Amino acid sequence: MDKESYPYLDKRGKVARLYEYQGKSLLQKHGITIPSGKVAESVAEVRQIIAQLGVPVVMKIQVWATGRAELGGIQFADSLQEAAQKAERLFGMQVKNFVVNKLLVEEKLAIENEFYAGITIDDTLGQPVVLFSSVGGTGIEDIARRYPDKVAKWPIDVLEGLRDYQARNLVRRTGIGGKLQMRLADVLVKLWEVVRTYEARAAEINPLVVTKDGKVCAADCRITIDDYAVFRHPELDIEIAREFDRPPTKLDKIAYNVEKNDYRGTFYFIQLEDGFKKGEGYIGFHGAGGGGSMMSMDAVTRQGFKIANFTDTSGNPPASKVYRAARIILAQRNIDAYFGSGSGVASQEQFHSARGLVKAFREENLSIPAVIRLGGNQEDLAVEILTQYTRDLPAPVEGYKKDDSADFCAQRLRQLVDEYRPSESLKPSPQRPAPKQPYSFKTLTGTVIFDHARCVACESKICIQACSPKILKLEDDKPILAISEDDAQKGKCTECLACELECEFHGNKGVYVDLPIPGLKEYLQERETSQTR
Amino acid sequence: MAILIDEAKRVLVQGITGREGRVRTRLMMDYGTRVVAGVTPGRGGEEVFGVPIFDSVEEAWEKVGEIDVSVIFVPAPMVKNAALEAIDTGIKLLVLIPDRVPIYDVMEIMRKAKEKGARFVGPNTLGLLSPGKAVLGMMGGRAESARQWFKAGNVGVSSRSGGMTSSLAYYLSKNGIGLSTIVHVGGDAIVGLPHPEIMKMFESDAETKAVVMFGEIGTSQEEQVADLIERGKFTKPLIAYIGGKVAKEGTRFSHAGAIIEGGRGTYEGKVKRLQEVGAYVVDSFQDVPEVTAKILHSIK
Repeated sequence: MDKESYPYLDKRGKVARLYEYQGKSLLQKHGITIPSGKVAESVAEVRQIIAQLGVPVVMKIQVWATGRAELGGIQFADSLQEAAQKAERLFGMQVKNFVVNKLLVEEKLAIENEFYAGITIDDTLGQPVVLFSSVGGTGIEDIARRYPDKVAKWPIDVLEGLRDYQARNLVRRTGIGGKLQMRLADVLVKLWEVVRTYEARAAEINPLVVTKDGKVCAADCRITIDDYAVFRHPELDIEIAREFDRPPTKLDKIAYNVEKNDYRGTFYFIQLEDGFKKGEGYIGFHGAGGGGSMMSMDAVTRQGFKIANFTDTSGNPPASKVYRAARIILAQRNIDAYFGSGSGVASQEQFHSARGLVKAFREENLSIPAVIRLGGNQEDLAVEILTQYTRDLPAPVEGYKKDDSADFCAQRLRQLVDEYRPSESLKPSPQRPAPKQPYSFKTLTGTVIFDHARCVACESKICIQACSPKILKLEDDKPILAISEDDAQKGKCTECLACELECEFHGNKGVYVDLPIPGLKEYLQERETSQTR
Repeated sequence: MAILIDEAKRVLVQGITGREGRVRTRLMMDYGTRVVAGVTPGRGGEEVFGVPIFDSVEEAWEKVGEIDVSVIFVPAPMVKNAALEAIDTGIKLLVLIPDRVPIYDVMEIMRKAKEKGARFVGPNTLGLLSPGKAVLGMMGGRAESARQWFKAGNVGVSSRSGGMTSSLAYYLSKNGIGLSTIVHVGGDAIVGLPHPEIMKMFESDAETKAVVMFGEIGTSQEEQVADLIERGKFTKPLIAYIGGKVAKEGTRFSHAGAIIEGGRGTYEGKVKRLQEVGAYVVDSFQDVPEVTAKILHSIK
């Protein structure tokens, strides 16, 4: 597997990065001076900004990458013409596979002195620490190595905050006294305010400069927000709170919204590759748990497969969430196979995952081989559901248990893919007919729809006993809610999908659970049109 | 003996009426955990499997008596308040199950816990289990599975991955190696009881003869375990597997503190430190039971 794709898997450091200009606006809001300037999205806008700002200026590409200067992404200009020429080149620069579309245009500072100010979280202490150095400019690691006596560090009491005298003493320890000490300490206290207010995992002003005319000014700024706290900060307008070093793809966003709107269990999805073709050996990966997923990906990579996406559904997600995850994975139309595997000994009841997968595979009329390692609680039932209820699909689906290693399962997938010849005339699953006598109720994220016309003719009424939370009852020979609609919607209906699947095979095909995935249909349509064009 | 949890500890479940709380209360009780009360504000007077529910932790304490442990199943944004409530009431051990607890909330909980002499496992943990005695959280999922999978014995397990905790414990048990206590320390950057704290407890547990540790890249927990061994604070045989060998280092910026500490957090760094101090670092996960068996044999 491409080593470059692994950083996404380090979920512990999950952060939402802000661009320099966004970070600077937060600093300014909390009283830290920043250079005059504005963001431009076109050369015309660069011209407008300079018309107000004057020259000389500095133009900085807005990307999440270190070492922008070395990349040529920071350019100075002494005239409008020079600025326009250079801006032309900066727009369209490629950094880590994405094109620069924003430039921060600022007054060029006349710098007298450079410092470093940063706050980060020390996992050993379990506390934030503030770092200050009387040398700035390069990376803090470099500074700390070369000038250890010029770097000072102070752990912040998260309840007490950073006091003015603590900040002054910190600056003092790097050999700075007098008025300058006070002004730098003031920046540190304000930086702490920013960090605490927006729940940043890290914030760095590097360099923090004193200009020739005596201003203390944040020349650069990098802030990352704790992605677990993003929900409390709508004001930051963070579209997707995940660790990315590229903007999220459309599918990433669709998946993120599923997770955002359903607190039950964890669903993590990220596309690692896009634009590959059928037959290139890419698989859809569906893991469970961080550690087990990593092990499983290694196993499947050893069989010569390439990984299109990383997905993790764990922490006892409902079947509905696993279903949505599977649908999103399968929206990668050019994958050659589907591989599901976690640690192999899951505490969660695996038949929920099995049902989620089955519903997705059926709706997609699965046409690529799938191997799912469902080891863990209730694995016998889980494997039975998975394999029995997918038998009529065009592609083979195999299920395995905790005593089957990830390596073995990956080998099975290899064999299936090598042997499998897709049928020429693949039809999509038939459309569900509209219910003649609809009866429906809302669930946390969807709707359960019965066709009572069919239910009356059903002999087994299997849905009543299949329902895990036991919320259905018979009335006039028809299944209805045994609890209030409100309770069902608030989560009493666990979206276990048992009613639908059991009815499909043992009843009269009279119930369907509608679980919308906003944006997915449009995404698929768009893809199809762009391919036929 | 076992560490942290046994059949005598009196346990409270916060968020007992929720989806997870209810199901895992069943697991804990069926396995042998002494669940004495539940708390869900606004639901006082009700019962879950015969366990009385109270509106607050203080009320539970007043009505059922002293409580040793609280297992918290409330949604992530509410974990901080639930944990502070438990700590303030005087509970000394908390298990924070949810994933996605904001890091500043965790730091506030930690600060309060230090002040009051309380400890916590998690957040983002499957919990912990002492085979044949008791379970906290959701380890094993169902009592019958937990009984089948995890056998009692003399090896402690400490892991940073939930699935791998069960996985390790299952494969060890299957190979005839019994376990004293298995702990999922939690998957987040800051956890209440990281590996080194668990090692100290295993050190003073007479029943534990050796420890198996599942480490991962990032944070400095494994390096700190090596430091403990070096200082003679942890003297039992340690078998370690570190996940993330092929992983590239994460964002440098978010680890600025760790980097200043001296290049900690990488796979190579962890393995090297652990080997230096005499831990058995296993390269392939499948080899863990065999290596552990050999070591147990040699110390008998």
